[in-house]
Amino acid sequence: MHSKQLGRRRFLKEGAAIAGLTAGAIRSASGQGQTLGSATAEARPQDSRAYGERSRFLNSVRTLDRTGQVTPLQDLMGIITPSALHFVQSRGYDPPDIDPRQHRLLIHGMVDRPLVFTLEELKRFPSVSRILFLECPGNTGKTALEDGAATVQQTHGKTSCSEWTGVPVSLLLQEAGVQAGAYWLVAEGAEKGNRAQSVPLEKAMDDALVAYGQNGEPLRPEQGFPIRLLLPGCTGGVNTKWLRRIKVLEQPELGIWDLQQGNAIRVSPDGKGGRLPTMPPKSVITFPSGGQRLPGRGFYEITGLAWSGRGTIRRVEVSTDGGQIWKDAQLQDPVLPMAHTRFRFPWNWNGEEAVIQSRCTDEQGEVQPTLAELSQRRGIRPGSLQSDWVADSYARLGLNAVQPWKVTREGSVSNAMF
Amino acid sequence: MRCSKLLVAMMGVFSVPCSLFPILSPAQGPVFHLGRTPTEAESKALDLSIEPSGRGLPPGSGTAQEGAKIYAQKCAQCHGPTGAEGPSLPGAVKLWPYSSARDGYVPPSLAGGKNGLEGIWASPVATTIWSYIRRAMPPGAEGSLSADEVYAVTAWLLYRRGVIQENDILDAKTLPKAPMPNRACVPWNFSCTEPAGATSDR
Repeated sequence: MHSKQLGRRRFLKEGAAIAGLTAGAIRSASGQGQTLGSATAEARPQDSRAYGERSRFLNSVRTLDRTGQVTPLQDLMGIITPSALHFVQSRGYDPPDIDPRQHRLLIHGMVDRPLVFTLEELKRFPSVSRILFLECPGNTGKTALEDGAATVQQTHGKTSCSEWTGVPVSLLLQEAGVQAGAYWLVAEGAEKGNRAQSVPLEKAMDDALVAYGQNGEPLRPEQGFPIRLLLPGCTGGVNTKWLRRIKVLEQPELGIWDLQQGNAIRVSPDGKGGRLPTMPPKSVITFPSGGQRLPGRGFYEITGLAWSGRGTIRRVEVSTDGGQIWKDAQLQDPVLPMAHTRFRFPWNWNGEEAVIQSRCTDEQGEVQPTLAELSQRRGIRPGSLQSDWVADSYARLGLNAVQPWKVTREGSVSNAMF
Repeated sequence: MRCSKLLVAMMGVFSVPCSLFPILSPAQGPVFHLGRTPTEAESKALDLSIEPSGRGLPPGSGTAQEGAKIYAQKCAQCHGPTGAEGPSLPGAVKLWPYSSARDGYVPPSLAGGKNGLEGIWASPVATTIWSYIRRAMPPGAEGSLSADEVYAVTAWLLYRRGVIQENDILDAKTLPKAPMPNRACVPWNFSCTEPAGATSDR
């Protein structure tokens, strides 16, 4: 942190009054921007009765893959991912250690009134709570294929769903007064590297949130504490964490993050706007799933999750015979746009080998494709091998293919995608 | 997208349209009067934005010759002598990623990957490279390079790629004009930087 201060100081040369500038904090030279509240780090409870812990018999945890921490989807119930199990993909950056009393959000650029908000001020705005999924665009992608992902945690663990609470970006922008001729904003984080994401103003004004709450409590540090951007339905990477600055611009900034596969922005031909990539419809059976073992024939409730960045899940079908017969699964309320949707399907396993899989349809009528259909779309030969997909650059973006699980006569369940 | 009841109620009280709708109407007055006006100095201190036009670039300059020395000193340990070797060298394993991931994840090479247009070369404008180096390099000492150093290292990268000459001076005026290899593709048509077929699916 200290070296960064010195660096910036040198960088900006003399005259720039940035004394007191730390990652994630704005403190004006004139001493405005007082601290808030009275909570201190010393008051943090050490007693597990004060901030509860789960039973010592439970051991479900996030695991590491090559790019981040993945959610144990096989252990989840309902649609909410516990905050402590939310997947983490921060491109290797540690969460900055931000004192929320010192954190500020600056809104500037093409606005009539540049503004700085404290967290306390952001919380005074009318708030919105929404249940939304976030999925890394690389979920079920190259690394999972290369590493021979066996469990649903390894194949699909870069998606999670939370109830997020925050202030609509539209209210903040209205407060600042967006000037005519502005079509984009850039949202910057306070982590090392200061990731900056360009966002079309149209999306920002539509349904974007500056979120400070996750599942009833403040955001976890890995999820952007104290504030982050949320862009419902979009690829995970564009939802700037540790948000510290929003600049309103005529055109996108074209920072390196605007151009990376999976999260790359689209700019309309006239330059006046564009769009962010959204996550396609996807579903997966989480029980029974890879690595699990069924103790014997008899009744099981097949269950799983379905989601789409383009709206609400309308239908989930399940097949227990390798894809010949598909039957509707029951959708568990609540069924919400751009949120995980829980589905259930009763199954009497006769003890014979079976291949079970799910496919979903979203409100746009888009149906989750099988791997064979995706192969055809990509020009990869039918019956394609895992190695063909690993070699295909498209797979880096992650696949939304139907995920088959094979149940052997012994009851062991394995990944049958290839 | 949809108005909450509260916002609908506020529409009556404050006579403002529901701002959850995508209305890009001319600016209206503030409604909640929260927040304060930043000083010019604090906005400037935080503002790392460099626009494709070059707006935001600070004074300073550098050449590839100067950049070669800085690169050897501060970049080569991870990226390799020419940039094509890394970043998978021992230095990079320690520095990137900081945490959260097992060893083995490797960011794109400075050579631009398979098609030569990945990573920093995906951009149509050199401001992308300048801005990224300034923000994020070198890992562990982000933001420590001076403006002159960032211009120089950027010049070295552009020179190695054949975009500029070894003695060309890169500064706030010349940098945005550097003829990047991918300049024709973006920003108006991103299909060049995407795998074919991906655009329709995302």
